Amino acid sequence: MSEADLSMGHGAGMMEARPFSIPSKKLVMWLFIISDACTFGAMLFAYGYIKNAAPDWPRPFESASILNALFMTLILVTSSLTVLMAVRAAKEGNKSKAIQMTFVTIVLGLAFAGLHLKEWFGLIGEGVRLFQNPWGAPLFGASFFAITGLHLAHVVSGAIALLVVVLGYKRGRYNSDDLEIWSLYWHFVDLVWMFVVPMVYLMNVKA
Amino acid sequence: MDSNQGSLKSDLVVYVVILALACVQVFLLKGHLFAMLSVAVVQAILAVFFFMHLGSEKPTLRLALIPGTLFVLVMMNMIWADSFRLMTMKPFAK
Repeated sequence: MSEADLSMGHGAGMMEARPFSIPSKKLVMWLFIISDACTFGAMLFAYGYIKNAAPDWPRPFESASILNALFMTLILVTSSLTVLMAVRAAKEGNKSKAIQMTFVTIVLGLAFAGLHLKEWFGLIGEGVRLFQNPWGAPLFGASFFAITGLHLAHVVSGAIALLVVVLGYKRGRYNSDDLEIWSLYWHFVDLVWMFVVPMVYLMNVKA
Repeated sequence: MDSNQGSLKSDLVVYVVILALACVQVFLLKGHLFAMLSVAVVQAILAVFFFMHLGSEKPTLRLALIPGTLFVLVMMNMIWADSFRLMTMKPFAK
C-alpha cells in the first residue's frame, strides 16, 4: 500500500484500531484535561502551603462575596447543563437547538467572567495588590489572583473555543463530536471551580 | 459516542445534586476544610462520570486516566510536612 493511499484514508482497514475506541482528538482532550488537573492541583496545593505557613493570613470575604461565589457556581453548573443539552441536540441532528444551547453556554460563561471581574475590582478597590494588602500576609493577593485568574483564563478561552466550534459546526466544518470534545473541557472548568470555592473563598470568610 | 450521552433526566438529577452540595458547602460546612473538600470530591466524581461520561467509556480509558492523575495529586501532599515545619521556624517560632 502506498503512502498516498494511507494519507487518503484508503488503508483505514489495515490501520491500527483507535486507542480506547474513542477518536484521537477526544483522547488528546482527556490528556490535556488530566495535565491541566495537575496544574490546578499544584496551584491549590501551593496556595494551601502558603496559607498554612502564614500566621496572619487574611480573611477578607464577607457574606456578599460568598453569595456571589455561590451565584457564580450556579451559573457555571448551569452552563455545564446547557452544553450537555447542546451536545445531545447535535447528536440527535437538531442543529438549531445545538447552536442555540451552545450560545447560551457561552453567554453564561461570559456572565461568570463578569462576576469574577466584579469580585476582583472589589478587592482591588479595598487595596489588595499582588504583593500587599491591608490585612496581613502579603502573598494573599498573588495567590488569590493567580488561582482565580488561571481559572478565569480557562473560562474565557473555553467560551472562545466554544464560539469557534459552534460557528464551524453551523457552517458544516465541525460535527457533533467536536462539540462533545469541547464540552469535556467546559465541564472540567466547572469541576475546577468546585475546588476553588472552598479553598479560596470559604476558608477565608471574615470572622 | 451516541450511546454515551445518558438521558436528560439523569443530567438534571446530577445538576440538582451538584448545586445542592454547593449549598451544603456554603451554608453548613463553611470553614471546615476537609468536609468541604470531601463534598468537592463528590461533586467532581459526579461531573466526571455523568457530565463528562467517563463512566460509559471503556474501562481501559478510565484505567489510563484516573490512577495516574490521582497518584500525582496524592504525591503533592508531601508538601504539608514542610508547610507545618515552617510554623515552628523563624520568624514565626514561639
